[in-house]
This record gives sequence, structure tokens and C-alpha cells, in this order.
Amino acid sequence: MKKKLQVEAIAHGTVIDHVPAGQGIKILKFFQLSAAQERITVGLNLPSGEQQQKDLIKVENTVFDENQANQLALFAPNATINLIEDFEVVRKFHVSTPEQVKGVFACPNSNCISHNEPIDSNFYVRHQQQDIKLKCHYCEKTFDRGLFSELD
Amino acid sequence: MNNPLYQKHIISIPDFSRQELELIVDTAQSIKQQPRPELLKNKVVASCFFEASTRTRLSFETAVQRLGGSVIGFADGGNTSLGKKGETLVDSVKVISSYSDAFFMRHPQEGAARLASEFSSVPVINGGDGSNQHPTQTLLDLFTIYETQGSLEGLKVAFVGDLKYGRTVHSLTQALSLFGCEFYFIAPKALAMPDYIIEELNAREIKYNLHDSIEEVVDELDILYMTRVQKERFDETEYQHMKSSFILRADMLKQVKENLKILHPLPRVDEITTDVDTTPYAYYFEQAENGVYARQALLALVMTNEFGAQ
Ligand SMILES: [Zn+2]
Repeated sequence: MKKKLQVEAIAHGTVIDHVPAGQGIKILKFFQLSAAQERITVGLNLPSGEQQQKDLIKVENTVFDENQANQLALFAPNATINLIEDFEVVRKFHVSTPEQVKGVFACPNSNCISHNEPIDSNFYVRHQQQDIKLKCHYCEKTFDRGLFSELD
Repeated sequence: MNNPLYQKHIISIPDFSRQELELIVDTAQSIKQQPRPELLKNKVVASCFFEASTRTRLSFETAVQRLGGSVIGFADGGNTSLGKKGETLVDSVKVISSYSDAFFMRHPQEGAARLASEFSSVPVINGGDGSNQHPTQTLLDLFTIYETQGSLEGLKVAFVGDLKYGRTVHSLTQALSLFGCEFYFIAPKALAMPDYIIEELNAREIKYNLHDSIEEVVDELDILYMTRVQKERFDETEYQHMKSSFILRADMLKQVKENLKILHPLPRVDEITTDVDTTPYAYYFEQAENGVYARQALLALVMTNEFGAQ
């Protein structure tokens, strides 16, 4: 009960929990959550049992589908998504790394054709040893995950 | 008749299976031995150079004409309404593909050919997209290697010069690695093979060796693939010092294997001295000629169902 009160409860929407401390702001920026005009509550550096510190994001009146949620996995591989209705968790799931990321990030290669044309960016997610890399469908260049999280 | 490439696009070497590469090589061989001057009769092929590249364009356009097709197109997109009026590539492609039965394109931006293939109603052949792919060069190289060695299997192939920026070197390495070749990479440190190619070779347990000079390995090779080291990438002293290690002279070829062939995508500057041209190992001008056969093979395969695995 105490834990739930760390950040104000919401009536209806999505709670993204177990975001590594420091990634919360990036997620807000990347998914342009703040542009949606919905009330968003963010908790940064909250105490968390195993992880020591975590970030947490509550977005009211917005329900993430699994595909959207999985895009988060690039920033927060252990995040859990809680869908809330009438203050109750109606569904809870872990994000899993998507095979493809479409229309989320711009290609870091400035000479990539995807920048000038009426199309979505499109990356294939590759697991290399411990790391995740993204390969652009168009220019075929491969980028470190870090490159995306550094972008503005 | 079963031709897996019929009505397909030719965009990037990693898209092809070993069998498809063999089909292209076999078809090039067949057309070289037995010309097909009527194969593309009444067909129109568009030649779309959004960026100028005279050699590639001449080779493609010759290929179309040798098969009896006709060519429409433009040689430098920067000077046509297509480039200047700010039309998107997507719109240009929709129009071009409605006029033609297939088109080949060169474009200064990476990914342009892949994008075009997604909006074209006819087959697209990539003639180079920025620094990314130039698959027809790789396919003509494969054909030339096959022609001179009788096989693509298990050859010892050295690449010399600029292995970092040389996209033909990357794609040819990827293609030959499907045939169990062993590689020798000879390059200055600043122009070494990029990590992603090395990682791919490691992951697939393909043998490769790194060397500092041509002489260390030349006697073991079946294919010596030379590339140009661009002077612009170095200061003058560095360049002078380095270039001596990566220049091929006729006197280095005294003990080489009889079947050795020297290839170069041309234009050459000074990385192969002209005394090499008259040795039995020089094959770069034949290689350029083979570009026309390889491009004919691609046009024949994507535009007709005449060739194919039986
Ligand atoms: Zn790209």
C-alpha cells in the first residue's frame, strides 16, 4: 500500500513501472507523451527493492497497446506496464524487445533517404551478445542503441 | 520454368541466396557465350541517374541495347526537373514505373533504391545508393571470378587498399563468404575493413587474415582485388609513405599461382603500375566488359522468364 502512494494514483490510464532511474525523462521525450495533453505524473529516483532506484510514469486516459509498450524495451528492458481502469490494475505485462521499430526514431544517418520522403523510419532490432543494435531498413546502417537514447 | 528473380528488385547483396547468385552468374555466362539481341524487344527500360555516374550508366545502357530493348532516362538528376522542383523520390518513382518495364537508378542518398522498390510497379535495379550498396558491381565481380577460376568455391581472395570506405569490397566479401572463400585484407590501419564485416565473418567462422603488404601473400592467391586509396583522405607524407605498400608492380608477380587474376573496379589511378597490364594476370579491363554481361543477366532475369533453374 505504501508503494502505491509514492505517486498519486490514477483513475484510468497506463502506469509504466520499473524504468531504470534516469530513463524516465528520455521516454517522455521520445514518445512525445507530453504532447498528448493528458495529465502525466512522473516519479524519478523512487526507491525500489531490487533495483535500488527507479523511475515511474503515469499517463492518464491513454492505454498503451503491446506494440507501443515494446518500443519502451529499448530504454527500459525490465519495465512493466500496468493498465488501469477505475483505480484497478486490469492488466499487467512485461515489455519485450520488438523485432522492428517503425516510425519512432529518425535515422541517425543524415544522408539516409528516409528523412526526405513521406514514409516512416523503420529499424530491425538485432541482439548482439549483450547489446541491442538497430539496423535501418533503408540505408542498411547499424546503430548502437545508445545512439538513439543520446538524441534530443 | 522457375526463375526466382522474375519481377524481383535487385537492391542489396545480402538479399540474395547462394543459389540466386549462382543463377545470375550462370545467366551472365550464357549471354556472353550466346548473345540475345531480341530478348527485350519492345520493352522500355528507364535509366535514372539522380547523380551522375558515366561508367555505370554506359554499362547499363549498353546492356539494354544489346538485348534489343530501348532506353529512356536522364544522366544527372541534379539538372532535371526531378531533382530541382523538390518532387519526392516516391512520386518520381510512381511516374517512372508507369512509363517503363523496369528501371535502374543511381542516387546520392543511402536507401533510395530500397525505397523506390517499395513504390515501383516494375522491377528496380540499384546502380548505387550513396555509400550503401552497388550490387551490380559485386555481381559483375562474382561473374568475373567465376569465369577466370571455373568456380566460386573455396578461393583465396585478397582485397587491397581502401577497405573502409570501399562498398564494393564489403559486398563482395559478403557474397564470397557464401562460397567458403578465404580472405586476405591488406590495408593501412586507417582504412581497415569495418568492424561490422569482421564481426559477420567471425560469427560465421569464415577464415580471414590481415596483412600489411601485398608481397606477404601474393604467391598464395587466386584473386587479387585492388582498390584505389583516395589521396584526399591523407596528408602528403602519409600518403607517399603508405602508397608504396599498397601499389602493385609487375615485379611482385614472379612467383604467383598460374591462375591468379588481378581485378580492379576502375578507374585506376596509380595503385597498379601499367607494366602489370601486359602480364597474364591482369583482368581488370575484361572485368569492366563483364559488367555489361552481368547487367544483361539481371535485366534478362527480372524482366523475362527465359532463364532459370531447371
Ligand atoms: Zn537509415
